[in-house]
Amino acid sequence: MNLLEYTFQQIINAVSQGSMFALVAVGLSIIFSLLRLTNFAHGDMMMVGAFGTLVMQLAGVPFLLAVLLGIVISALVGIIIERIAYRPVRGAPDVTMLLTSVALTYILENLGILLFTSSPRNFPLPDWLNASFNLADGRISFTSINLLTFGLTLLALLFLAWFVRNTQVGLGMRAAAEDLTASYLVGINVNTVIVVAFVMASSFAGLAGVLWAAQAGVVEPHMGFTPLLKAFVAAIIGGFGSIPGAIIGGFVLGALEVLIQSLPSEWGLGAYRDAIVFTLLIAFLLFRPGGIVGVKQEVKL
Amino acid sequence: MKYSRLIFALGALLGFTLLVPNILPQYLVRVLIVMGINIILVASLGLSNGFTGVFSLGHVGFMALGAYSSGILTLSVSKKLAYLPDLPGFLAGYNLPFLPATILAGLLCAAVAFLIGIPLMRLSGNYVSVATLGFLVIVNNVLINAETLTRGARTFTGIPDFTTLPWVVAWMVVTLVVLSRIAYSPFGRAMRATREDGIAAQGIGIQVLPTRLIAFTIGAFFAGIGGALYAHYLVSFSPATFYIAMMVTQLTMLVLGGQASLTGATLGVVIVTVLSELLRNLERGFDLGFVKLPAVFGASQIALGLIFILVMVFRPQGLFGDREIKFVESKVERNERPVPDHL
Repeated sequence: MNLLEYTFQQIINAVSQGSMFALVAVGLSIIFSLLRLTNFAHGDMMMVGAFGTLVMQLAGVPFLLAVLLGIVISALVGIIIERIAYRPVRGAPDVTMLLTSVALTYILENLGILLFTSSPRNFPLPDWLNASFNLADGRISFTSINLLTFGLTLLALLFLAWFVRNTQVGLGMRAAAEDLTASYLVGINVNTVIVVAFVMASSFAGLAGVLWAAQAGVVEPHMGFTPLLKAFVAAIIGGFGSIPGAIIGGFVLGALEVLIQSLPSEWGLGAYRDAIVFTLLIAFLLFRPGGIVGVKQEVKL
Repeated sequence: MKYSRLIFALGALLGFTLLVPNILPQYLVRVLIVMGINIILVASLGLSNGFTGVFSLGHVGFMALGAYSSGILTLSVSKKLAYLPDLPGFLAGYNLPFLPATILAGLLCAAVAFLIGIPLMRLSGNYVSVATLGFLVIVNNVLINAETLTRGARTFTGIPDFTTLPWVVAWMVVTLVVLSRIAYSPFGRAMRATREDGIAAQGIGIQVLPTRLIAFTIGAFFAGIGGALYAHYLVSFSPATFYIAMMVTQLTMLVLGGQASLTGATLGVVIVTVLSELLRNLERGFDLGFVKLPAVFGASQIALGLIFILVMVFRPQGLFGDREIKFVESKVERNERPVPDHL
């Protein structure tokens, strides 16, 4: 394998990984921009989406429809948790909202364990999704899941870009992200905006959950936690609260993870990937809290 | 007399500690040990999270460091050969008794907290929480990979079972006395001032970063002590023991009791311990004669999570808020409450 082919292969891996991070991070960022809520329960929407799809498949629904229904289920769960848990603490100090979301994560994961037990379950895929493609005599390979991950992420993000520019609710969302109280005063229906934001964020996370499960081949109740942590890193290094920031952060993080993984193994850094990534997160928080795109920060001690 | 209540309370506690292992079944003694350790951990968590307002999610990380370092220090030389053959020479050659190992574990945590605190204490609100969560992830990742010291993700075992109820109660009393002396000193007032308004605190000459840093460091010291006690109670554990589930449990205890109150932290631990023991027994399923409830595993955690959310919605300051039960009567009844926002 020559250097060019190797690089190309790594780029494929990085893009596939990065689009997943971007998909989850965008949801985190939208919610943060509206409510200043650091939403730990966001990762569990991945679990809900994947389990929803699995249950639908087991009930005999064809794969694509099952995925769609799984995403709808995660959107519904998003609406429910916003209504019963986040709305009562809206406007509370940051930490109160953060703790509410931590408690929600705990409830959702344990509900997952209660309903599906904590052992991983097989995630059945149709054959066309398992197909792999080879270039350059098999020295470069990727699966249709890699392609699909990138394609669907692109579609979802394009839809989001269209939505926040061209629909009334989307414009309201951008206004509310600037200033929630002021947008309420000028007559924007803040509740609608927030519910729609949760629908978008949760369904993106649900989609990411299905893609994640398809790549891993299994679903389990704790599956959302690691990607959530990574999405936090992506959202913060991109610029917490900014949609383009989250996308850039997602792809940067994907590239970085692939890069760390491809370092010479005698350096022994590959196993410390998470430690490196989180050190980077802390460095960003300290030296560039606005992230890559430079979100404006309130001056705070 | 000024100290009469304190002396009475300590006497009652001493009598209780000496009597309990002889009266109660072993199972309940073990519950009490864990409860005592949790009081140490949650009260020290409250020092940074409640009193200083630096909401740390990394406390369990310090606990893990304390548990592993005390475990390594006390492991007998023969067991070190068997379990940790690649240990560096200065650690492999000898082992320490319980008390010095525990104190060293605490000091190590305090040193780490001091070093990482210098940059981290600049952050506030959500950002410090996310950054300290990052610290927890880093600790977990390093423990899993530092195989020569920790056996990696495998179970770290063979640690002597030193932790008994008297040890835990003694450390608990030391922790609560030290923390209350700090929290209700002029320095404690400075801590609360930085929580209420950092800029105003700075305006009246309080140095915000050093104040936060000292609170964080002291909290980490007791987290290390608690971790060491927990290690010698569990005897074998792995990095996964000290992770998110434990963090959520401790947060529930703190938030339920009241973040800015040592009494609250203590009672939060007691309430959550009693509740989860009760729920755990219910969860196994029981027979009421006419209806038979099946076992539902995980239900107790869900109930705890719901209680957590209810507290957040209806009483975010916790059951105790910032009130305390006082054991030492002061001559002048001082008003310790912060000035309300609307003044």
